[in-house]
Amino acid sequence: MNQEDIKACPVIANHIKIALVGQPNVGKSMLINSVSNAHLHVGNFSGVTVDKTEVLFDYKDYHFTVVDLPGTYAFTDYTIEERVTHDYLCAEAYDLIINVVDSTSLEKNLQLTAELMSMSKSIVIALNMDDEAQKENIQIDAPYMSELMGIPCVKVSAATKSGIENLLDAVISVKEQEIQEAKLIFSEPVEEEIAVIVRYLRKHKYKAVNSYRNIAINLLKNNKKTYAKLHDDPIWTELQPILIEAAKHVELHHDSDDIKEAFAEEYASFNRGIVAEVVKQEITLEEKTLTEKIDSVLINSYFGIPIFLFFMWGLFQLTFEIGSIPMDWIDAFFGWAGDTIGPTIANDDIRSLVVDGLIAGVGAVVLFVPNIIILFIGIALLESTGYMSRVAFLLDGFFHKFGMHGQSFIPLVTGFGCSIPAYMSARILKNDRDRLLTLFIIGFMSCGARLPVYVLFAGAFFAPEMAGNILFIIYISGAILGLIAAKILKLTAFKGADEPFVMEMPKYRLPSIKLIWHTVLTKTMMYLKKAGTFIAAASILIWFLSNYPHNLLLENEYADKIEKVATEEEKTVLKNKLAEQLLEQSYLGVIGKFSEPIFEPLGFDWKMSVALQTGLAAKEVVVSTLGVLYALGDDVDEENSSLINAISKNISFASAIAFIVVIMIYLPCLAASIVFTREAGHIKYFFYLFGFTSIAAYSLAFIAYNVASFLSH
Amino acid sequence: MSTLNDCKKACKVKVIKLNAPADLKQRLISFGIMKETLIEVLEYAPAKSTIEVKVGKMRIALRAKEAELIEVEKV
Repeated sequence: MNQEDIKACPVIANHIKIALVGQPNVGKSMLINSVSNAHLHVGNFSGVTVDKTEVLFDYKDYHFTVVDLPGTYAFTDYTIEERVTHDYLCAEAYDLIINVVDSTSLEKNLQLTAELMSMSKSIVIALNMDDEAQKENIQIDAPYMSELMGIPCVKVSAATKSGIENLLDAVISVKEQEIQEAKLIFSEPVEEEIAVIVRYLRKHKYKAVNSYRNIAINLLKNNKKTYAKLHDDPIWTELQPILIEAAKHVELHHDSDDIKEAFAEEYASFNRGIVAEVVKQEITLEEKTLTEKIDSVLINSYFGIPIFLFFMWGLFQLTFEIGSIPMDWIDAFFGWAGDTIGPTIANDDIRSLVVDGLIAGVGAVVLFVPNIIILFIGIALLESTGYMSRVAFLLDGFFHKFGMHGQSFIPLVTGFGCSIPAYMSARILKNDRDRLLTLFIIGFMSCGARLPVYVLFAGAFFAPEMAGNILFIIYISGAILGLIAAKILKLTAFKGADEPFVMEMPKYRLPSIKLIWHTVLTKTMMYLKKAGTFIAAASILIWFLSNYPHNLLLENEYADKIEKVATEEEKTVLKNKLAEQLLEQSYLGVIGKFSEPIFEPLGFDWKMSVALQTGLAAKEVVVSTLGVLYALGDDVDEENSSLINAISKNISFASAIAFIVVIMIYLPCLAASIVFTREAGHIKYFFYLFGFTSIAAYSLAFIAYNVASFLSH
Repeated sequence: MSTLNDCKKACKVKVIKLNAPADLKQRLISFGIMKETLIEVLEYAPAKSTIEVKVGKMRIALRAKEAELIEVEKV
């Protein structure tokens, strides 16, 4: 962990470092957000893309550091989040655990508590959602529960901010005491075997930090670490037969050869016992809860999907309609910044570097911020209300046919707007393989930046009334190709047994504005910080490649020619010619020429090859590169009729089709590739993506070229 | 022998056995689905591909294929 994160506290005072643990949807994040005067710190857990939130605050004489660990149902290491939590609890240094539980669903929540209790750490239980429990007439006897479990249990409510101080007081008093053994009681056969092992350890005066009882439980549970420790000890030879006997006894009692299952049942019956003792619920008539009423509409077999599609449509309308308003401002701002800063720099090269390289490049990244904010607000809303799980429920059937997961839908649809938020939203997929597969497919959904290229080519080769249909065909065929690619990847690279789909459908809740604001803000800042720095560097690189080496001879020659001609028109023609020749002999032009043979089978000339390569920086650049290369000046857009003419004159129909196919499939822009790499978690996935998309783009473009050539003859 | 997937909407059953592989079994157990657990079937997704059940107070979605691995009896 990053040590700098903690330095906000002075070293002199008493520190308490707390690991906040709980099952998903118990309101953990909301609980730490309700601590007043808290100082939030957001980062990543090392090595994984799991947000790590640390909260720093002072209470009484103590400095508190609370680490909000990702929600986990049990220590099964099934998702990244579960692994992060488990590893943190086992390996990191902290003083105690606050286990947040949902008071309205105590029995299920205590299943995790039971696992925590066998860890020999100090624990405080926060009985969260006390307000909801009272509404549901659930009475919990917290003092009695504390006594039964040997763990302080404190009623709190993050929503009404009540009980927080009691919780912190309990934490302080636990911190000031010695670690107390939690009172986890098992069934008779298990207790017998524990006693046998404890007696054996005591007889041999085995030295250990943890209690003998704790060691015995961990041995019975097949805890690998405990095994490893004892395995090197001389007593192991005698202990082993005892353990084998003990395991047999326990398994026989539970009629199962799975010791984990046996222990889960042990925990469950212990929890049932606790709940029966401490929870009094006035029996109300079994009427449908609000959640069930909402569910009967939202996941209805007939209306569910149309309602969902309507929500998605609304979200995208908002994202791209409202998002485009500030986008114009941002665009104007960076244009203005370039115009203002440019003239103040005397040196031509440096001015070009700052204006054309840095400002233009960074501007392109900042441009997407409004989209990202709106989309993330939408996604945070969908997630925190509990609707996202319903979406997965509704769509899993369809997506499963293609090897994906119901929740893959959100990132894929987002991909039609921009791949960057799409890659980021793939985080909602909890399972590694599902998420990776989805990340690989997102690029097939043509993003908004590719639209100009399609518009240009559709305009050049098809009648205006056909162009709209062509665009639609391009988008749809991209999506279909994506589904096919998913199926192929699932059958090859991501082969293996299907990941099970077992998912909680949480209660519907009103989202907390503070929490949403916080999530959106941190995600946006992370996007700006990380993608921004990379992009700035990359823009400089592209700028350099397309501007160097300078050819003074050529520049002077044209300068003379431009001097001599009289009309503005002729001057423009000459300037464009110069730009073309300069680009041809620049590093980028050299690369284009060099790579021309590779693209020849697809019917591309060196200009198209270069355009494809600059498109790696950003897809919008493809159009402007083609404009420069076909000598029309820098200021071209997709509606520029002379560019359309130039293209229909210089490029054959078959080459154009192949070009569109490549644009549809090949590597997304640099910013997106960087985000992809970060979300995938390893640089090797970038190379896989590069290989996969290149091969797919090349072979499909090759087929398209040949089919189109054949048809047009 | 009947499985959770054979149950109709709104029927209540008790788990007899989990026939799932170890990973999935752990997953089910961590959601509170184990021997003796009472389950109520709430809803089916279109084409019956996914099923929503109620375990205690928790609603859980699982695929039909996974539901087939849960042996149940009517109560």
